[in-house]
Amino acid sequence: MTASRLATGGSAIDRSRLIRFSFDGTTVQGFAGDTIASALLAGDVAVVGRSFKYHRPRGIWGAGVEEPNALVDIGGSRATPNTRATTEPARDGLVAKSVNATPSALADRNAFLDRFARFIPAAFYYKTFMWPDWHRFEPRIRAMAGLGTVDADWTSPGMADQINHHCDVLVVGAGPAGLAAARLASGAGLTVTLVDDQQSPGGSLGHRAAEIDGKPAAVWVKETIAGLAAGGHLILPSTTAFGIYDHNLVGLNQRHLDGRPDTLWRVRPRQIVLATGAIERPLPFANNDLPGIMSADAALAYLRRHAVLVGRRIIVAANNDSAYEVAGALAEVGAEVRLVDIRRDGTPAAAANVRLIKGRSLASASGKLRVDGVTLDDGTRFDADCVVVSGGWTPTIHLFGQAKGKLAWSDARAAFLPGEPVGGIAVVGAAAGAVSLSEVFAGVEKAFAGKENAATPRSTGPEATDGILPAWPMPGSKGRIWIDYQNDVTVKDVELAARENFVSVEHLKRYTTLGMATDQGKTSNLPGLALMAGITGRTVPEVGTTTYRPPFTPVPLASFAGARVGELMAPVRRLPLENVHRASGAVFQEYGGWLRPAHYGGNADAERSIADEARRARQSVALFDGSTLGKIEVIGPQAAAFVDFLYYNTMSTLKPGRCRYGFMLSENGVVFDDGVLVRLDEHRFIVSCSSSHVAAVHARLEEWRQDRFGRSAVYIHNATPDMATLTVSGPNARKLLEKLHLGLSLDDADLPHMAIGHGTYAGDEVRIARVSFTGDRSYEISIRADHAEPLWAHLREAGQALDAIVIGLEALMILRAEKGFIVIGKDTDGTTLPHDLGVHGPRAKRKTEFVGRRSLFTEEASRDNRMQLVGLAVPQGEAPLPTGAHGIKRIDGRLRSQGFVTSSYQSPTLGRPVALGLIERGATRHGETIDIQYLGKISKATITAPCAFDPAGDRLHA
Amino acid sequence: MQLFPCPFCGPRDETEFHYGGDAGNARPDGADVPIDRWADYLYLRTNPKGTAREIWVHMNCGEFFVMERDTVTHKVLSSAALGGEHVA
Ligand SMILES: [Zn+2]
Repeated sequence: MTASRLATGGSAIDRSRLIRFSFDGTTVQGFAGDTIASALLAGDVAVVGRSFKYHRPRGIWGAGVEEPNALVDIGGSRATPNTRATTEPARDGLVAKSVNATPSALADRNAFLDRFARFIPAAFYYKTFMWPDWHRFEPRIRAMAGLGTVDADWTSPGMADQINHHCDVLVVGAGPAGLAAARLASGAGLTVTLVDDQQSPGGSLGHRAAEIDGKPAAVWVKETIAGLAAGGHLILPSTTAFGIYDHNLVGLNQRHLDGRPDTLWRVRPRQIVLATGAIERPLPFANNDLPGIMSADAALAYLRRHAVLVGRRIIVAANNDSAYEVAGALAEVGAEVRLVDIRRDGTPAAAANVRLIKGRSLASASGKLRVDGVTLDDGTRFDADCVVVSGGWTPTIHLFGQAKGKLAWSDARAAFLPGEPVGGIAVVGAAAGAVSLSEVFAGVEKAFAGKENAATPRSTGPEATDGILPAWPMPGSKGRIWIDYQNDVTVKDVELAARENFVSVEHLKRYTTLGMATDQGKTSNLPGLALMAGITGRTVPEVGTTTYRPPFTPVPLASFAGARVGELMAPVRRLPLENVHRASGAVFQEYGGWLRPAHYGGNADAERSIADEARRARQSVALFDGSTLGKIEVIGPQAAAFVDFLYYNTMSTLKPGRCRYGFMLSENGVVFDDGVLVRLDEHRFIVSCSSSHVAAVHARLEEWRQDRFGRSAVYIHNATPDMATLTVSGPNARKLLEKLHLGLSLDDADLPHMAIGHGTYAGDEVRIARVSFTGDRSYEISIRADHAEPLWAHLREAGQALDAIVIGLEALMILRAEKGFIVIGKDTDGTTLPHDLGVHGPRAKRKTEFVGRRSLFTEEASRDNRMQLVGLAVPQGEAPLPTGAHGIKRIDGRLRSQGFVTSSYQSPTLGRPVALGLIERGATRHGETIDIQYLGKISKATITAPCAFDPAGDRLHA
Repeated sequence: MQLFPCPFCGPRDETEFHYGGDAGNARPDGADVPIDRWADYLYLRTNPKGTAREIWVHMNCGEFFVMERDTVTHKVLSSAALGGEHVA
């Protein structure tokens, strides 16, 4: 029996609430308030995991976020790999498994790897498995290395909340410094948010002896927290500030005990106070990674918070004063304690029942699955079941570093401290190098209030001292001395890196992987740098630190995703009549961000439904929901000049009540959008752009409005979602429309092709545009979206006598392809200019300025071998060409592309395939037969005009 | 994440904005603009280290504006609507 739970004590645990959970298949008991680590220690579980590379047995090192060894995979509904056992609360029924160990941490079958350790130094794998190809070896090596495993059956417990938050002061850390800062800020009338990564506040006050304002520390903490809560300030326990981003945005990871996913907080404070404390460092000696060797401060925390005594015969090894309180406390509860201090002089007095050995250090530890003794540098050996060490304190200045704060080396503290202040950020307490509570409170007063403040707490009890004598890992040391426990980096690996000239700190990190594990080197970075300094004859500040980057501790990806999961990742836009279409058997697909009926008739035999819709649309009359079409209004005294500038085609000559088809170009001349422009009256137009381009066209109109014309010259309103557009198309379109009595003349003299009319339906104004994307006589009826349903129902009912067919987008695509009508971005690409599509007029004739104009007269735009829009016909009886197939030719025996197929369908009306393509010089090559290649197979196609159906356009007026 | 001051809405998160290009990149009109000049307008960017004047648009309200900011420190120096109607 070594580690054990004491019969009394433990400020964090509630002995009335027993907890049982499973670790590596065995049941572990604990109390409410235990972490997984404290419960494992209480149950004397020494080996809790296996190391990354050598599968060395590892035990619990720390009691907080810095833990490099005790990682566990949590199973079940909240499965999370690589969770730190030292911060994860023990819960009833929790299932935890050690990492990198099969079947268990205690009996890991890859443990043999450690015997070959001297053959696998840093970079061994990369050097050895280069030939013939690293990727041949990688899968097996990766399977052997590594830590936790992702649960393939994991399902999301739900969306993670994301909260945006503002406050005057954000205090990170609720130890003595953070609590004092929060109290001062509150006293100054500022709003405070106080976050702490522990379940209960207090920081070091939870296990270090202290008295503040004449009260025991625990009482002072409780009162201070109660005061802040009463003041309406926000206090977030179990919450880690993991990153400081631009403009001092702080990211918080809040964990919940009730099974909810973690919450992501984005906090914009006016002032940030970093009271993040310090992390204890290990000491360098051979086999310093054995289970049973742990941080002295952690041993004290487990004793006072969880009533867990970590051993019976304990060696305390230290190079500073902070371990003396630990040694005394361990001895007081009955452990046999030897304190080995590397310092000869200037040490504080040890407790009476502690055997103090001065001026000596540990040379090595021994033991197989846990430590069983130590040997000092003079050869003295002591048996021990636990070794607790303190190699000094590293201020937690990660957040300050992330905020681009420069660090300053302190010889007195043997650590980097915050240097030049960063605007809006104050660093206080142990993070700023303070040791005693008096120092801490003076620092808070100075950094925060700037002057003496009556509300500043006073230390009235014992004061901590430092007195550190650095004990860095030394080059040439005997045995295997671990620096980075989690990534298995030893002194020898750092020496190897130096020999191979990876002496820069960033190279050292990448070559040895020092500090690159999930703990990000919280215990190992500084010893590693100091060793490199020693090897290369530099000082630690000359070696420097690696860049601090968020996150400080791992944050679940679900937190960053928030609500952007599943359908909400990229929400589709929906038609006002979606449910009506669903009831009619529509099969929906997403087209350019809109969810639209692809076809009707359910999922069975989709191809036949589509062909049927396309054929019958030509026979009598088709109904189609075109509500996605853009309806952007352009209004104002300069509206005509504005649309002239925005369009390739001259639009100001359009008469009120008429429509015109045109292109919008980008400034590089490329066709950006096509569509119909409606002129309602002298100063009012409607831009009917393509469905998927509404937002982009709207943005572009706004840009030119504000940048060139002025806000009072033109006004722009995107009315797309306000109106539904129902399209009636086909030889019987007019007949059908007449049955609705819309109150306007449908006579072709009054409402010719490319004109608009105004009518009413059930008291609502409707706008009717005679434009056609099918090549047949068509009417687009626009009505307010929320009143569209009765009109649609009426159209369908009236259409029955005419054998009307409701068509989806797939049939419409066939109809427009038969006519050679293009879809921008499908039948064009990022190089297509308007004259490539056969629209030469404006380029040749326009005298006024328009977007993209100059780009139409470059050498590139005038090249005679440009790719041009064509139709492609296949030999009788052949199947449609695959879209994307290339037209090819042979030059000097080599295949070369001369364009590609952009759209291709079987036309049920024509009884043969129709296709569009962009082919080099295509406009001048009608009638020529070319080779088409697709996936290595070559077929023939004849170049034709784009329009394959009714080239004269008679059906528009039929 | 940075906070940008929309001249119309006030300070907002950078994710709500789109970058629009260098401010002062005046468009040369005409079919006969020297091609080098046109290419400069289309493609050449100053990419300064330090203070930059840029066009941004706040997607939420549609305001296009000129923002001066430091490309090294990400400090925002000023922002004003294109027509000068609003200044933040
Ligand atoms: Zn705005």
